[in-house]
Amino acid sequence: MRRTTILPGFGLALGFALFYLGLLVLLPLSAAFIKSAGMGWADFWQAVSAPRVLASYKLSFGAALLAAAINAVFGLLVAWVLVRYPFPGRRFVDALVDLPFALPTAVAGIALTALYSSNGWIGQYFAAAGIKIAFTPLGVVVALTFIGLPFVVRTVQPVLEDLEHAVEEAAASLGASRLQTFTRVIFPALLPALATGFTMAFARAVGEYGSVIFIAGNIPMVSEITPLIIISKLEQYDYAGATAVAVVMLVISLLLLLTINALQIWSRRRASA
Amino acid sequence: MHHPARLSRLLAATCSLLLLGSSAAHATELLNASYDVARELYKDVNASFVPYWKQKTGEEVTINQSHGGSSKQARAVIDGLAADVVTMNQQTDIDAIAKAGVLRADWRDAFPYHAAPYGSTIIFLVRKGNPKQIHDWGDLAREGVQLVIPNPKTAGNGRYSYLAAWAWAKEQYGSDDKAREFVGKLFHNVPVLDAGGRAATTTFIQRGIGDVLLTFESEVLQITKTFNKDDFEIVVPSMSIDADAPVAVVDRVVEQKGTRALAEGYLNFLFSPEGQRIAARHYLRPRDPAVFAEFQEQFKPIRLITVEGAFGSWAEAQARHFADGGEFDRIYQPH
Repeated sequence: MRRTTILPGFGLALGFALFYLGLLVLLPLSAAFIKSAGMGWADFWQAVSAPRVLASYKLSFGAALLAAAINAVFGLLVAWVLVRYPFPGRRFVDALVDLPFALPTAVAGIALTALYSSNGWIGQYFAAAGIKIAFTPLGVVVALTFIGLPFVVRTVQPVLEDLEHAVEEAAASLGASRLQTFTRVIFPALLPALATGFTMAFARAVGEYGSVIFIAGNIPMVSEITPLIIISKLEQYDYAGATAVAVVMLVISLLLLLTINALQIWSRRRASA
Repeated sequence: MHHPARLSRLLAATCSLLLLGSSAAHATELLNASYDVARELYKDVNASFVPYWKQKTGEEVTINQSHGGSSKQARAVIDGLAADVVTMNQQTDIDAIAKAGVLRADWRDAFPYHAAPYGSTIIFLVRKGNPKQIHDWGDLAREGVQLVIPNPKTAGNGRYSYLAAWAWAKEQYGSDDKAREFVGKLFHNVPVLDAGGRAATTTFIQRGIGDVLLTFESEVLQITKTFNKDDFEIVVPSMSIDADAPVAVVDRVVEQKGTRALAEGYLNFLFSPEGQRIAARHYLRPRDPAVFAEFQEQFKPIRLITVEGAFGSWAEAQARHFADGGEFDRIYQPH
């Protein structure tokens, strides 16, 4: 069975794709592993398990998961509004969604800090209620939510556009309530895209440095993100230690991403069964 | 083809001119790898150096600048950035380059004043009227005072602030244990540890956080020139630390490019009265006593200790205080 494909030469295309990925992704990553392999186990363990570093994993991964979850909920809402409701200025709003991609992260960080600090436009009202946002872990979540928004919107949007109205009408005509139509018909169709968007937003948030650094406050044990730990190790010319922490971050990220993918496959199987 | 001979002569002349031009441009380009906030300073230095060098040697030179975080720049030079000279704000960064074998180990002896043409020190900036009555280091550890200091792990100003506080407390209370306790209290008064010096300035000035900002004198003087002068007051403590900004020729690069004379000329210019005046105009303390005297209005008298004097050497201070698990980390460890 030979199928004709658009790209000539399956072997060549695959070979090139693997080479390209290897050059762009695998090579730099393996360099990190090799660099950290230079240190003994004891040193490695000490570098990655110091209390300060452990606290930073908790903040980085916790805030990234929370931000991705917030984005999943509100990103879905934004995508829904953009696809389903025609309103004046929709194209403009649509374009706005991509801005967090285009904005240099440092600019985003400074702008968010200005807004959410105790004397900022938004922060002053929270400060009056006794809630501090900038320079606390809460500020980290705000920054990560900002940079992750486009991922969910842009992955869900095309799927939602392709979802035919007729399906919803059929569900309604079969006696489904609006809630049932959403949870049993629309949501299962969107779930894979939503999970992809969540995963991308999460992965991006874990590695984010530029925007977070301005709003975090960077207090050891409280508001230090793991990328800052890496930067401070580099600052001390401790390259092995920095790559050791990076390796741990990569491994945790990979495990989390694999788990999310597995969940996605499992839910798809269950839905089709 | 009426004049083939003339045409070919013209062509040859053009070619040789082009060749000459390119080789000349090649020989007289210099790259200065420097730290972030020195961008404006070296713009002024270069503007004065180019005519000076032209007059002295007849050579037309172009000086290129590369700025970034001090230790990132050092890393780039080690990794092969073809900088002829490095102008840093901390000795450890040039030591790291020397350790990689890219420049001579005894670089501190290559120029006067231990190869540091200018320096700064740590002083305080407080809000108008000094409402918290902050006059010296001891006031910073009081309950209810909030300080903004850049992170000593990532910023030179932070490291110098930390060391100055430690040295003051050791002098005052007489022991390392007491100094540790004092510095611990002081850093527990810090609500934000910004990654860089400029970010700390923004936090204090724009975000309105903290009662006092600890940073380089050059930054403080710059702030009072740039922002509304009346909103802030400068406080000069009873003592502080000498933060000298060292320079070095990158031997590996100048040997390869044949630019040693120019590189040395460039760095020597920094030590000349003219170079010293430019540094002083950028609020950096010049080393030349005569030039320093010209600017004595600007630089308040302050007793300065050195890292070498109080801590042995930068390497020792770094290992004991700022390395992982060192004194600074222990401040934040739960007891």
